[in-house]
Amino acid sequence: MTLLVTVFAAIISTIIWYMNAPKSKMKLGSLCLMYWGASLMWFVDALFEYAKLGSGYFTPAPAEMLNDFYLGLSVAALGLIIWLVIVLIKDPKGVIKATLFKKVTTEGEA
Amino acid sequence: MACFIVPAAEAVITAIAGKIVRSKESVKEPLEVKLDGNKAETLEKVPFSRKLGWLNNMLWGGSALLAFEHLWHGEIIPHFPFLTAAGNAADTAEMLNEMSTVGVAMAVLVTAVWACMVGVTAAAEKKASKAESCVVGEEEQ
Repeated sequence: MTLLVTVFAAIISTIIWYMNAPKSKMKLGSLCLMYWGASLMWFVDALFEYAKLGSGYFTPAPAEMLNDFYLGLSVAALGLIIWLVIVLIKDPKGVIKATLFKKVTTEGEA
Repeated sequence: MACFIVPAAEAVITAIAGKIVRSKESVKEPLEVKLDGNKAETLEKVPFSRKLGWLNNMLWGGSALLAFEHLWHGEIIPHFPFLTAAGNAADTAEMLNEMSTVGVAMAVLVTAVWACMVGVTAAAEKKASKAESCVVGEEEQ
């Protein structure tokens, strides 16, 4: 379930990235790569688990599934938080700088 | 248990390699590409440091999100030895076994996917430069 939620997050973020590329400065590429990296890693984890459990891997207990779903949503939220921090630190549109530092007006301009 | 440590270690190496490569890259190679099918625009070839950045993002992002999963399952603790499996010898052996199998497989798969991305980019650049030489040839005739 965690793998599935992360894959959906990766697909949605990639579609949004494609719709806005190449002009977008919002660092959406980093978000996509982050989700895809996690999806690939969980895919490997799932393969090893499938090798251990066999077909039982596809029939998890409802409580376990719900826990994994919550985990998947939390992972997607954490990915968004990391991306938000990257955007705020790198400030590609200069919004933070513009907010923090106001332009000094000289006498001539005023 | 601690499989995310292997891709995280690779991420550290690629981050250092990326910084070294970036410091050595100075001249950006131009590439003429027809973006909308009509008007040719001169763009820059994707530098290798940026391509390494893709791998770095996948490895760091994946490791961070996997570390969170381990935290969720109580496999990471906020005090020494930080990994519950490092508490006794039997669990440590199991953890090392998982790192050498699952962890290495994760790092290999992510790197393989990145290599495919780099290959596709190189092929696209090659195709674009071929088209460019054809356009130049036609103009000379």
